[in-house]
Amino acid sequence: MQTAGGLSACLPITSDLDLVWVRQHVRQAAAQLGFGLVAQTKLVTAASELARNTLVHGGGGQMECAPVNRGGVRGLRLTFSDEGPGIADLDQALRDGYTSAEGLGMGLGGARRLVHEFDIDSSPGRGTTVTVASWVSAPPRPREER
Amino acid sequence: MSEQEAEGHQVAPAQEVGDFLRLRREQIAQRWADAALFRTVFTVSRDEAVEAGRAVVEALAAVAAAERLEDPEADGFNVVRDQLARTAASRSRAGSTNSQISTEVDALRPPVLELLVADLSARGEEHVRECTTALTVLMGTLRMVVLETLLTAGQELIERQRLQLLEVATPVIKLWEGIVAVPLIGTLDSARSQVVMETLLDSIVEQHARFAILDITGVPTVDSLVAQHLMKTVAAARLMGAECIVSGIRPAIAQTIVHLGIDLGTVMTRASLADALAYALRQQGADIVAHVPDGAGPR
Repeated sequence: MQTAGGLSACLPITSDLDLVWVRQHVRQAAAQLGFGLVAQTKLVTAASELARNTLVHGGGGQMECAPVNRGGVRGLRLTFSDEGPGIADLDQALRDGYTSAEGLGMGLGGARRLVHEFDIDSSPGRGTTVTVASWVSAPPRPREER
Repeated sequence: MSEQEAEGHQVAPAQEVGDFLRLRREQIAQRWADAALFRTVFTVSRDEAVEAGRAVVEALAAVAAAERLEDPEADGFNVVRDQLARTAASRSRAGSTNSQISTEVDALRPPVLELLVADLSARGEEHVRECTTALTVLMGTLRMVVLETLLTAGQELIERQRLQLLEVATPVIKLWEGIVAVPLIGTLDSARSQVVMETLLDSIVEQHARFAILDITGVPTVDSLVAQHLMKTVAAARLMGAECIVSGIRPAIAQTIVHLGIDLGTVMTRASLADALAYALRQQGADIVAHVPDGAGPR
């Protein structure tokens, strides 16, 4: 397992303790790339939500963290993947207040609002992969208003 | 002996080492009593050190006799595992690092090797080499056994400290008559938040508190789960007749909560612990005014 130091890393998500590693790694990577405090906090919070989804709904998985560069703007891409039951109705899952467990139901939708780019790939039996990206300064592409 | 030689050592080296250890038990134990590992731990009397050394030699002899030279799980070690663990732990407490302890265990080898070589001096060179190799392997396994006990002890320590942290990290502070506060620090996983809620509710009863302040200055990330824990704690405190105030919400956290879409509208919040205390005091009819000494203007 690799943390801090290198920005790229693949962290396992198999327990509550791993969530702490995920948050710390994302925070350090974001700080290193030059994210402001608010942007850092948003990204870390999104990572925390998604990692917990991976753990609780996906039965554990991993997070890949990679620095990205688009048109000279630096950013961080996080990929959360699990091989759990997958999500049958993505629209429903993204809707605020919908929850299959006991949470507030804000995790997925909330995480989407906290990052610049959000992509989810899932279907029943195939597991779930969520990829998010945020940029140090304003995103190069106009952001979709939600 | 010479017959065996002629027939090409029918006795396996491991067996021979086992026999040697049993035979020379006393001499080895005496020599080990002077080695750092035993001398520094058994300081009360040398007899204790010899006794401890003897037990280890016997264990090694049993392992050798069972021909499990390379197996740290061999039954023979079980007898002395506790003793070795205590010895190593004692060295560890005295400030030795794991590698220093490992070196001290390794220092037990030369005196035994010396004896073995002397005992086998009448035998062929080949045989001596086989036996010394066997003994070296065995002593290496002993070293591993000792290191394993150290690592296990380290893990147990971490687990114990984790539990301690659970208790320690959630002190409930009485700020004023009827006002208690909990400064939350670090990760609010479900185990921690459960402890927070319990200690807070207990102290509300104990202190007859009408106000409870949850300060989250030390919480680095507030995601939906943490928010949910906070809301549950606030609701539980309210059921007990206390008003709960969440303080220490930093600007970055506030913006994040808004984007996350969490509605904390039902929760009384204040930017800092001081604001929360001032609010609670005012609600109780107390007011804080600056004391202006005679002659001195307000600062």
